[in-house]
Amino acid sequence: MTDMTLSAGPKAPSPLVEAAKDAVFAAILVFLLSWLMIGYQTQVLQGQPMSYVTRYSDVLWAVFLIPAGRFLMTLTRFDRTLPAVIGGALGFIYLFIPGVLGVLEVPVYGEFFVTVDPLQPDILPFEQPMVNVIFGIGAFFVLAAGLRARRKKTVGAQTLEVREAAEARQARISKNLSSILGPLLIAVALIIPFTPWGDRKLVDTLILVMTYVMLGWGLNIVVGLAGLLDLGYVAFYAVGAYTYAKLSIDLGLDFWASLPIAGAIAATFGVALGFPVLRLRGDYLAIVTLGFGEIIRIILINWQIFTGGPNGLGNIAKIDFFGIPFERNPKEGELAFHTLFGLDFSPVHRIYFLYYVIIALALVTNFVTIRLRRMPIGRAWEALREDETACRALGINPTNTKLTAFALGAMFAGFAGSFFATRQGFVSPESFTFIESAVILAIVVLGGMGSQVGVALAAILLIGLPEVLRELSLYRMLVFGGVMVLIMLLRPKGLLSFRVPTIQLHGKKALPPTTAGAVK
Amino acid sequence: MSAPMNAPAIATGDTLLEVERLTMRFGGLVAINDVSFSAKKRQITGVIGPNGAGKTTLFNCITGFYKPTVGRIALQAEGRDPFLLERMDGFRIGQRAKVARTFQNIRLFPGMSVLENLMVAQHNKLMHASGWTVLGLLGLPSFRHAEAAAKEMAVRWLERVKLTRVADEPAGSLPYGDQRRLEIARAMCTEPVLLCLDEPAAGLNPKESGELNALLLSIRDEFGIGLLLIEHDMSVVMGISDHIVVLDYGSKIADGTPAEIRNDPAVIRAYLGEEDTE
Ligand SMILES: Nc1ncnc2c1ncn2[C@@H]1O[C@H](COP(=O)(O)OP(=O)(O)O)[C@@H](O)[C@H]1O
Ligand SMILES: [Mg+2]
Repeated sequence: MTDMTLSAGPKAPSPLVEAAKDAVFAAILVFLLSWLMIGYQTQVLQGQPMSYVTRYSDVLWAVFLIPAGRFLMTLTRFDRTLPAVIGGALGFIYLFIPGVLGVLEVPVYGEFFVTVDPLQPDILPFEQPMVNVIFGIGAFFVLAAGLRARRKKTVGAQTLEVREAAEARQARISKNLSSILGPLLIAVALIIPFTPWGDRKLVDTLILVMTYVMLGWGLNIVVGLAGLLDLGYVAFYAVGAYTYAKLSIDLGLDFWASLPIAGAIAATFGVALGFPVLRLRGDYLAIVTLGFGEIIRIILINWQIFTGGPNGLGNIAKIDFFGIPFERNPKEGELAFHTLFGLDFSPVHRIYFLYYVIIALALVTNFVTIRLRRMPIGRAWEALREDETACRALGINPTNTKLTAFALGAMFAGFAGSFFATRQGFVSPESFTFIESAVILAIVVLGGMGSQVGVALAAILLIGLPEVLRELSLYRMLVFGGVMVLIMLLRPKGLLSFRVPTIQLHGKKALPPTTAGAVK
Repeated sequence: MSAPMNAPAIATGDTLLEVERLTMRFGGLVAINDVSFSAKKRQITGVIGPNGAGKTTLFNCITGFYKPTVGRIALQAEGRDPFLLERMDGFRIGQRAKVARTFQNIRLFPGMSVLENLMVAQHNKLMHASGWTVLGLLGLPSFRHAEAAAKEMAVRWLERVKLTRVADEPAGSLPYGDQRRLEIARAMCTEPVLLCLDEPAAGLNPKESGELNALLLSIRDEFGIGLLLIEHDMSVVMGISDHIVVLDYGSKIADGTPAEIRNDPAVIRAYLGEEDTE
């Protein structure tokens, strides 16, 4: 018997059979995992012993939907991409859109889902709108897998030159988009407090977003330009914040006097850390900077007398209008902001002023970065990122060059830290955990390394989105993660990634596209 | 921080580089074994030898990428301080002693444009002109002039190596031969007194190889610097070298003019031996 089948030759596995087998296994697995965990929900009602409700229909739906998705994805591996594209798209539209409506508590959701009558089947599988959204996102991944497989088939057939041309086109689109989007974003940011939407809540959120835009631009010098993976950037932010807190509480300095000091001290910390560790490359540097970030945080927690320990430092002076306070009742013989401008007192003035201060600080960071990139030091940073060995051979001092990048990045983090302290009026170690470093790094990577507009967009997305999604409470981090995964799937080099040479010979007028290949 | 010097490094007048009793060990492996030779100004000194003979290791010692186990490497350029290269940090050899090099497997800055590659090579000069960035950020005219001069020099080299048309393209997108020439132009933009080329003809077709030889000869004659040229293929180097050093298994087996080398029995044996094993 066995001999006979063998002599018939090894038969290529039929895609359908393979995919079906895989789906059946998936179904069994999903069932085993879900029947207890999803199928039974314990509930404790007042004054009654603990009981449970069953959710068998959810289990059944999961046992059907997940293997179905797997089935379609397995087919894509055998070059049958169409079912995945169609099935994924349908599933996405069907589950995601009504689900989102339900999450946002749009009444229409009730129309989709009538849970009362067990005999009348509901249109949507799950009662919880968010679960429908999650399955909708799952369907999107099936769709994305299908589309990617299709694209790979066409791209794989292309020659290197075609692919390079496609990349160049992508970069050109990113560049053009940036040159429009950049000024537009700045203009919108500047006028938004004067529009009807510019209420206190929005401006508060925007202050937070702008702080991260600034941090992203600062870290971009270190990671994007110099190519040094810094996982402890938040340490310098903390140094800036605590410097201002101490200067304000102990010495009574105001924000404007403290700002340069905080920047200088943060930069000093940058040099102090950088000096021993910048000899390390790549992953090693990342680990050491990560450790440094934690060391700073632990010092802040444990150095009770100086830093206030876990309770932090309070009563930090609020920001003033270049020496003129934002107060309802200024001291005898002193001006206040509202009396100076003949306005009625409003606590919103200070918020709006803070908003413009952080915009100004962020724009200074941006401007300095753009200028520095065109300086010899900026070119050396990029050269170091590209090839450190070649830099050495050209007589460039790698340690000093990296140190300047590190110190400058730290300085901007120090500025942002002082701003944070004056905005909050309170600092504690909790604000400077590793997750902050990770978020700032995510902003840089997601934005497209080295792209200033991309970083701003990523900050809006990563900081603004969770704030806007706050209504989704529990699920917001899930959506946040989903969006990040999507961006990395669709734009692996970041939202807007392109590079303009810092100096050009032929000016802006583009040469005929044959130039690269012409001099063969 | 120039290398401390007590005695004059080099006795004879037109010797540029003097390598004395150089040994480089990696654990038990002796990559260079007691090698001495010298290279003169306004000359191309060829270093040849079969694969694994220690040629690249010799370059790495001269350019500070390796610290030699034993030995002395002295550099004395006209009108400059003498340097003991074996005592200097890697990057200082490029910065102070003005020794430039290319790599066996090309090392450009692939994402940066061709022109930028040549600007980066002039980093130290420009850094100085920009007042360590401070004056540059203020946009002082002295810096702008220095930058314009640097660009002019880069453009001259671009014309010389026929890369003007692709000046704004990423260096990584150039064909192989162009990348080789760009790397040489980049090394020359550091205004070296000694240029070390590690197998510059590798992977070039005969036409490109001929052009390369013309380029190297013109560099020698026009700039009056010394060239140290590694070649694996003997025929390439014979034509343009003024002097040849032959390495085999880390030891120097011959040293002389091309004519002398061609008839040297030890060299013939080494090369024939190699052909046997291949
Ligand atoms: N960093 C190193 N560590 C250990 N061995 C090395 C190292 N660099 C070179 N070698 C060894 O030294 C010998 C000479 O190599 P190399 O100088 O590259 O030869 P080539 O003459 O082909 O350029 C080889 O056996 C090589 O394996
Ligand atoms: Mg070699």
